[in-house]
Amino acid sequence: METLQPILAEHPFFQKLEPEYLALITGCASNVKFDAGTYIFREGEEAHHFYLIRQGKVGLEIFIPELGPVTVQTAGEGELIGWSWLVPPYEWHFDGQALELTRAIALNAKCLRQKCEADHDLGYQLLKRFVTIMEQRLQATRLQLLDLYGSRT
Amino acid sequence: MVPVPCRVMRTYQETGDTFTLELESLSQDGFSFRPGQFNMLYIHGVGEVPISISGDPHKPESVVHTVRVVGIVTWGIKKLRRRDFLGIRGPFGTPWPVDLAEGNDVVIVAGGIGLAPLRPAIYDILARREKFGKFVLLYGTRGPSDILYFRQLEDWRARFDFDLHVTVDRAFGPWKGNVGVVTTLIPKAHFDPVNTVALICGPEVMMRFTILELLKKGIPEDKIFISMERNMKCGIGLCGHCQFGPHIVCRDGPVFPYSAVRHLLGIREI
Amino acid sequence: MTYRLEANALDRLFKALGTKGYVIFGPTVRDSAVVYDRIESPNDLPAGWADQQTNGSYRLVKTDSPAYFDFTAPPQSWKRLLFPPSLHLFRSHRRNGTLEILEEEHETEPMAFLGVRPCDLRALAILDSVYLNGGASDSTYRQRREKTLIIAVNCTRAGGTCFCASMGTGPEAGAGFDLCLTELVSEHDHYFLVESGSAKGESCVSPLQAREATPQEQTSGREAIRTAAAAMGRSLQTQGLPELLAANLSHPRWDQIARRCLACANCTMVCPTCFCSTVEDSTDLSGAIASRTRLWDSCFTAEFSYIHGGSLRPTIKSRYRQWMTHKLSSWVAQFGSFGCVGCGRCITWCPVGIDLTEEARILRGQAAEHV
Repeated sequence: METLQPILAEHPFFQKLEPEYLALITGCASNVKFDAGTYIFREGEEAHHFYLIRQGKVGLEIFIPELGPVTVQTAGEGELIGWSWLVPPYEWHFDGQALELTRAIALNAKCLRQKCEADHDLGYQLLKRFVTIMEQRLQATRLQLLDLYGSRT
Repeated sequence: MVPVPCRVMRTYQETGDTFTLELESLSQDGFSFRPGQFNMLYIHGVGEVPISISGDPHKPESVVHTVRVVGIVTWGIKKLRRRDFLGIRGPFGTPWPVDLAEGNDVVIVAGGIGLAPLRPAIYDILARREKFGKFVLLYGTRGPSDILYFRQLEDWRARFDFDLHVTVDRAFGPWKGNVGVVTTLIPKAHFDPVNTVALICGPEVMMRFTILELLKKGIPEDKIFISMERNMKCGIGLCGHCQFGPHIVCRDGPVFPYSAVRHLLGIREI
Repeated sequence: MTYRLEANALDRLFKALGTKGYVIFGPTVRDSAVVYDRIESPNDLPAGWADQQTNGSYRLVKTDSPAYFDFTAPPQSWKRLLFPPSLHLFRSHRRNGTLEILEEEHETEPMAFLGVRPCDLRALAILDSVYLNGGASDSTYRQRREKTLIIAVNCTRAGGTCFCASMGTGPEAGAGFDLCLTELVSEHDHYFLVESGSAKGESCVSPLQAREATPQEQTSGREAIRTAAAAMGRSLQTQGLPELLAANLSHPRWDQIARRCLACANCTMVCPTCFCSTVEDSTDLSGAIASRTRLWDSCFTAEFSYIHGGSLRPTIKSRYRQWMTHKLSSWVAQFGSFGCVGCGRCITWCPVGIDLTEEARILRGQAAEHV
């Protein structure tokens, strides 16, 4: 049977990852599809997965009572969504909605955490990649905080 | 130094605080300018402000400005109605290097009202689209209701030879587009870095981070151009107000190659 | 050719200039200072007055000397006669929904500047490079400048804050004068050496009925100028200075200067080359007629760098840095020379006595010589 390994290997997130680790990760991977408008996860739910988006767009939302849903970030093709699975208590902090038909690879959190505990080299490889993304997201979030385009009075 | 009276043809609201003004051309030959240049707009008895030209350089019959209301002069401009007069001096300043970009891919990165001074360059490139390689526009603004030239962006996005992406910093309500700062669009954009000319306009911080992303992607420093904002008052390099290090922005700019201003961009209060 | 004009025949120069239709501007004493203003005869000149200048201090003192030009750089330069502190630019008339904007016409009469010090002569050349040689020129300045006759006077005494010798701008006049005088005073003798630097200047020489100066007299003139150069207490080392300042925009010294600087703008007002201006718009009571006035401005104000949202140079530190780096660094890139001529006015008229030669020296990493 064909595995998801070739697809994972092509995703920017796993660029230059050793095949042995890729094989380990593939064991935790599954193919998923979300129709436009579907919520992939909700705030407060346990984070069972993270997602490598192959196609489509996912919005991270938070609901403000007097304003309704506010989208704070979107992720699309080639990007990744979710790191709540890495940090206890492993719960989502935002709602994740598929804004269009979205195809992704879901990586099972428990499976990955177990493999990382068993093989710290794998854990290190994975964390290095997550830290890079976290740094980029934090940088972008700081720029958003500056509200550069707003009027200053 | 004396403004020429000019008649308003029409005005229309773009976003909550921004509107576009179409003026009748000054002379019989029309108003000719190069993309990236600006005019000084004078309101009788109130004062004068530098406003970039945002019209089509191939349509000299009108002078088009997109203005954000930020002070008393821009407020005065906003109050103008069809057939009212204002004074105009210009065009002033250096243009976007559109000619130099021929044969290259072109990436335009705009932030907020920074799209206005870039629109003439877009018109110009689309008018001779075959002379350029890939053409990418990455536009970031505050929220969905702050998107300038909304209908026009939609029309442009329908073209097969123009790769256009819009993102907003935050989205309330039913927005299905991108959310995130404009710099996040850069890694995903498709162009050939070494043969790309980048034109950037927006708030200074946005331009600095945009440059970092473009450099990361491999665009050479001397092919990155930015448009600087300073206190332009006379427009002809004589009043001293718009100095930026050794540069007199109204005369040497507003468009600068990044290599000419790199050493100044990180210095506070320069 | 160099001529010798007896000091007691100086009125011939005034008459010659008057005959040619020039209004004469020159040094005269008013309010305990030398000022450049309209003068009619040698009697208006500050004979027997000399100035004592140092950081933050200017005093005129009476001397025993009959010399007319014993003073050095006075508070104001010639700038205000060519670049007026206030100038109406245009009037805008609003009637029946239309707008008519008319440029103000300014009458200019031929002016003779009598007593232009070498530093100020160089300053005029610098203003020319700003106002006449760029892509755009200032029409008022041009009209006035073209109608101006320049009579330089070499310096035979160094002022307390002068540093022209190190700037290469004095104490001997360089190019740009129509006539140049050197005043020589000894126990038995008081005369001027006269040289012409242009056809306009040459045409003023014959009515003076001056004889050719002897080689010895010419040597005396050169000696006197050399004495002034040797007596100059301050200097500015200009070699590599533009690059040095441009590379030290974040130097801690700027913070220290900012603690003393009051941002009073005196230095920019007395500077013979500072050219920044702003405009003011106003209307009559009905609002039908509006006018615009150009005014001298200073980079030491917060409004100077204002863009919507705020001032780009909110601190005194950045404003002083802007001024000094403009004078000694970015000016070179903008106009091909320093924006400083070594006249020392900014040192004399700084209320807290900041000396840019000392600041430049410290920035260079050398110890201060003046304490």
